Amino acid sequence: MDATMKKKVSRYSAHIVLITASIFFMIPFVWMVSTSLKPLTQIFSFPPEWIPKPVEWSNYTNAMSYIPFFTYLKNTLVITFVSTIGVVISCPLVAYSFAKLRWPGRNILFIITIGVMMIPGQVTMIPLFLLFEKLGMVGTPYPLVIPAFFGVPFYIFLLRQFFMGLPDSLREAAKIDGAGEFRIYWQIMLPLAKPAVLAVGLFQFMASWTDFLGPLLYLTDSLQYTLSLGLQQFQSQKGSEWGLMMAVSTMMTVPVIILFFFLQKTFIKGITFSGIK
Amino acid sequence: MKLKANAQVVEQIESPKTPTGKQLKIVPKKKKSKWGQYKHGLLFASPWIIGLLVFYAIPLFSSIYFSFTTYSILQPGEFIGLENYKELMHDPLFWKSVYNTVYFVIYYVPLSIFFGVALAMLLNMKVKGMAVYRTIFFLPTLVPHVALAVLWMWLLNPGFGLVNGFLNSIGIDGPAWLGSETWSKPSLILMSLWGIGQAVVIYLAGLGDIPEDYYDAAEVDGANWFQKTFHITLPLLTPVIFFNLVMGIIGAFQQFTLPYALTQGQGTPANSLTFYVMYLYDNGFKFFKMGYASAMAWILFVIIMGLTAFVFLTSKRWVHYQGK
Repeated sequence: MDATMKKKVSRYSAHIVLITASIFFMIPFVWMVSTSLKPLTQIFSFPPEWIPKPVEWSNYTNAMSYIPFFTYLKNTLVITFVSTIGVVISCPLVAYSFAKLRWPGRNILFIITIGVMMIPGQVTMIPLFLLFEKLGMVGTPYPLVIPAFFGVPFYIFLLRQFFMGLPDSLREAAKIDGAGEFRIYWQIMLPLAKPAVLAVGLFQFMASWTDFLGPLLYLTDSLQYTLSLGLQQFQSQKGSEWGLMMAVSTMMTVPVIILFFFLQKTFIKGITFSGIK
Repeated sequence: MKLKANAQVVEQIESPKTPTGKQLKIVPKKKKSKWGQYKHGLLFASPWIIGLLVFYAIPLFSSIYFSFTTYSILQPGEFIGLENYKELMHDPLFWKSVYNTVYFVIYYVPLSIFFGVALAMLLNMKVKGMAVYRTIFFLPTLVPHVALAVLWMWLLNPGFGLVNGFLNSIGIDGPAWLGSETWSKPSLILMSLWGIGQAVVIYLAGLGDIPEDYYDAAEVDGANWFQKTFHITLPLLTPVIFFNLVMGIIGAFQQFTLPYALTQGQGTPANSLTFYVMYLYDNGFKFFKMGYASAMAWILFVIIMGLTAFVFLTSKRWVHYQGK
């Protein structure tokens, strides 16, 4: 077998392995979409059927009236966008300070930041709940977005690694030109860190979009619920509205898939572990 | 814009160097005060300094205090010393939740590292359509956990589920999965493994950091796939594996949404899906025993810290940093 032939074979076998694994990863998703289009009688058929017959689009419209879908969608969007903006503003700023600026206590604080990543959220959950309770914010979405504006350790860590990889000469040159620290950050360093900022933004977007425990704790009025909480309402003691629930799940999942598909390359480029010093 | 162009030019020229190769420092004409020097660094870091105090440090220390009290939202509570901890030691459901959680961690964490690295290596190959494959593998992490739980409940339904339907067709009588005490935890591990996309992305980033030169050199020396994998890829990926191992342990101990949604907070059957954090949540927010729940949180924290410290200590033996 010559070299090109060998390469062809290995390429085909790569595709075969990838496709087989893909099928495994796609089954639950495909099942979700197919169920969202099935009439009630077909949902419980055994052996299971893949193709909805007839296609029941009414699951989607019914789902939207079973729960206040658009209210929940709006709530979810607001929380997701505000917290993503918070993270994208605060984390690069702090990470840049850790990577490129000099100040007393910087290194110790960075070590503490890494240490903080290891604190289980449940340890701080109760005191934080009580804090927000005292501030009168339980029952509002504020506790779900305010912390984002003060930095998230994992994101600060990722961004700091990225900034570490950018050359210092850029900064020094701009300084000679008389640019102030904030201008250097805003006009030179931040644009260069775009992939990392995007990665962090996408992480936060997904985390907020699907968050369950946070809204479960803090949102008490059912008109403030997010879609994640709304999904649970399809499950009741009387029985569950499977088709409707899957319709909402599909609507929740598809936009994020499209987002990931187009951003995946930049996203992966933005995560870097080199430059760990 | 002008600023940017200048910066690039200067970068090409390079700043002056002394004969010893040391970078010359450009000394500002006026010597700034200490505050002036550090002002920006502190200013830039200030959101996090406040965040660290308000959202981490203060809650962390107040939760120690709460763990020594009978605090609940309903009443101020009194100081009872180690009573909460003592009570926990005699709480059978606490031990059950510890057992369930440790069981999950022991199986899930190693499996997730094995499959995560393997998948990342697959997804790092240079073949056409990689964006599609990567998206597919990332799919499960994009599905909301509550939906994921319901989906799996159904796929694994002993009566009409897809999995037993398949097993049936090849002549195997499938177990009751989530309805069975023995199979409920393995079912959960299976579901969680399906969602390792986030870890895979981090491995992929790590693989991207390995310089191509190493493989080229190995190719010249006639190294085969196994040699390249075990002598280049895996050793150089160890820092990322280390990172994911630590994060994986932390995450696995905090398993909550999936079992909570699966069992509607009940941990059925026979509490075989009552995980540590679920029990903690019940104590704190259902029974309003916040002191008791805080004590649980601290025990969890100590366990995780201990394990993380252990991993850090062993890391010197197996983690290789590039350029060292």
